[in-house]
Amino acid sequence: MPESGAPVKMSPLVAGALKVLEKFTSPLSPDDYFALINPLWSTRETLGRIDRVHRETDDSTTVYITPGFRWGGHRPGQYLRVGFDIDGKRHWRAYSLSSDQDRPDHKLTLTVKRKDDGVVSPWVNDPRNLGSLVVLGAVEGEFVLPEPPPGKILFVTAGSGITPVMAMLQALDRTDALPDVVHVHSSRTGDDSIFGAEIDALHERPNGYRLVRRITSTEGRAEPAHLDELCPDWRERQTYACGPGALLDALTDHFRAEGLEDRLHVESFEHFVMGSGTGEGGEVTLSATGTQVTCDGTTPILVAAEAAGAELPFGCRMGICHTCTGLLEHGTVRDLRTGETTQAGKEIRTCVNSPDGPVTLKL
Amino acid sequence: MPMKEPMIESPLARLTPEQIEEIGREFDAIHDEVFNSLGERDARYIRSIIALHRQLALLSRAILLGSRYKPAWLLGTSVLGIAKILENMEIGHNVMHGQWDWMNDPKINSANWDWDSASTPEAWKHSHNYVHHTFTNIRGKDIDLGYEIMRIDPHQPWHPVYLAQPFYNVLLAAFFEWGVAFHDLDLEALKKGEKSKEQLLKELKGMGGKAWRQILKDYIAFPLLSGPGGFKQTLTANFTANLIRNFWAYAIIFCGHFPDQCYTFSQEETENETRGGFYVRQLLGAANIEGSPVFHVMAGNLGYQVEHHIFPDMPSSRYAQIAPKVKDICERYGLPYNSGRLGKQFGTVQRTILRLAFPGGEPRPKPGAYRPEDAPVQGRPLIAV
Ligand SMILES: Cc1cc2nc3c(=O)[nH]c(=O)nc-3n(C[C@H](O)[C@H](O)[C@H](O)COP(=O)(O)OP(=O)(O)OC[C@H]3O[C@@H](n4cnc5c(N)ncnc54)[C@H](O)[C@@H]3O)c2cc1C
Ligand code: FES
Repeated sequence: MPESGAPVKMSPLVAGALKVLEKFTSPLSPDDYFALINPLWSTRETLGRIDRVHRETDDSTTVYITPGFRWGGHRPGQYLRVGFDIDGKRHWRAYSLSSDQDRPDHKLTLTVKRKDDGVVSPWVNDPRNLGSLVVLGAVEGEFVLPEPPPGKILFVTAGSGITPVMAMLQALDRTDALPDVVHVHSSRTGDDSIFGAEIDALHERPNGYRLVRRITSTEGRAEPAHLDELCPDWRERQTYACGPGALLDALTDHFRAEGLEDRLHVESFEHFVMGSGTGEGGEVTLSATGTQVTCDGTTPILVAAEAAGAELPFGCRMGICHTCTGLLEHGTVRDLRTGETTQAGKEIRTCVNSPDGPVTLKL
Repeated sequence: MPMKEPMIESPLARLTPEQIEEIGREFDAIHDEVFNSLGERDARYIRSIIALHRQLALLSRAILLGSRYKPAWLLGTSVLGIAKILENMEIGHNVMHGQWDWMNDPKINSANWDWDSASTPEAWKHSHNYVHHTFTNIRGKDIDLGYEIMRIDPHQPWHPVYLAQPFYNVLLAAFFEWGVAFHDLDLEALKKGEKSKEQLLKELKGMGGKAWRQILKDYIAFPLLSGPGGFKQTLTANFTANLIRNFWAYAIIFCGHFPDQCYTFSQEETENETRGGFYVRQLLGAANIEGSPVFHVMAGNLGYQVEHHIFPDMPSSRYAQIAPKVKDICERYGLPYNSGRLGKQFGTVQRTILRLAFPGGEPRPKPGAYRPEDAPVQGRPLIAV
């Protein structure tokens, strides 16, 4: 069954009224008829309309989306999956929200960098799609600031990785709560920096925000080893990083080497970043076919099963899309990103879990 | 049910295994060409037909609020009948075949769709999509052949009960959706032990649920809306609209496999069938109905029954486009392309039902290989995609 958007939360009164109307519309739902008037009035899945398109740089665009119903809220830094109807077909992708939840106009923003050979990002970057409807999935993600925010923060971002951090900065700025923040941001040139003007302006204002810009075309890539120079007190800070996978992996290794892995929080658009908790590994049984696979404690079940010749469903391969889920019938698995364990009886994602002892999956 | 041996040579027997293989490849190529080109225009087509149905349904229900006035009753009933036909034929049947699943839209998807008919989607998808479309016209396996209650093929042994079939034929037409729903229960499978009592009970419950929702909507809720002076009139209007829809669906569907032109097959003939053999059997076992573009939309494009049986999951709006290619294959391999106008197809079906109510009977003469010079000129499709 294809993926759906997030269901709309309704008051019991509205839900009751819809139930009565359904007697008249069955087997269709009242929604199906409301859609004739305004398709945004869907209560089955949350829809949004692209109401403004703003070019950020030559190859990136921010779209302003008006949700069909009052936005249920999100925490700055989180992402959601969005369905786009392109050439008759619906495509789902994850995007960090570049807006915080308290925008006075109740709009959401996504900021998308164009990948020329991609499907969705070129579409979002095409201004002709202004006015289109998109499907909004549920908000997800652990890349968020705690409440209250830490006193000393380091943001490390590169390219479009600035999007979730921009949401955090806006939220902190909105409540005048910018504590001691250092932001190391890399872009290829000065001009192609997404939100370059916004962070420069924030830097100019008297507050606790200090921006360290790195222009990679002249200065080279930022490496973890440069941290001592760019932000000498980085060890005392809670660090939030988002950018290319290689940067995040290098940062993870660096923090781990210093024994500071609990101070680093990362968000990757490309792949999942291994946490420190690895499982014990074990024998995986796929109950649909009876296939048995040995999987060590640092390899996702999906990867081990594929290596053994099994064909399992997958999508993003990074724990985002739930295409790869299967019911864990016996045993325990460990999430390689967070180290959290899951016991039998739950649906698990094979792309980010590895076994903790022998396990059986209904796949 | 025991069956007599073939009484007529099937064109399938004339083809060499190599030819059948080649036909399979040619049909696969047609399939791929269409599926690779599906896009925005196709999506817009089904969305606009769905919107049209909903607008017509709303309009008719509004008109029927005044059903106590004769003209309103007549107009409302007609529009509602048309809406119900669209909903069942071009939308429900085709969406549940998975013809629009490629759009990846959960609201227009075979996994989620439910229709305004007595059959539950699950039961219908099993008995129609799976049993009927897989075993089309194989005697003893395709339970749609005569719907288990009619003698529609001379191979079926005669029984005195068939003397009554001209009468219950009319009843079946009037209450077609209920006939289909009972038929979907597949009591034969229960007798053979292929289906458990629990399963049957579950299916009966599902059917009961669907029946109740239709009764509540068409015979209680909407009549109540029309007020005390209009209750009975709206009720009869809705009943009549359901009758119209049932007669129409019956006519189109009976013309799909039972006209004189169609072949049936023994189980031996279809043993070890290849993909190419499957296509040829579908081609021989189905018959088209010629008509205007509007007719085809109202028939759910089952006027292209041949094309539909070859590619059941192809968006219906594309059948008109591939029909010339199918005919071309028929011409080159000396195969028939069964087709005729509604009146002719319907007439031959009714004649067969009458004739086979009595003992005996022979398969009707078949038209032979397709020859383009004999074929009528086809109209342009209403919406060319
Ligand atoms: C948590 C998260 C947050 C993100 N936030 C942002 C953001 O703020 N800004 C931004 O620009 N990008 C963001 N991305 C990346 C974004 O999701 C897309 O990958 C990117 O925009 C490229 O999409 P595309 O369709 O243009 O490229 P494509 O190359 O078409 O697709 C990119 C990826 O999507 C997956 N994919 C492609 N086709 C399919 C398919 N048919 N079915 C399933 N999966 C498929 C594949 O994994 C592929 O590698 C984020 C990603 C994640 C995981
Ligand atoms: S493949 Fe997307 S969650 Fe596993």
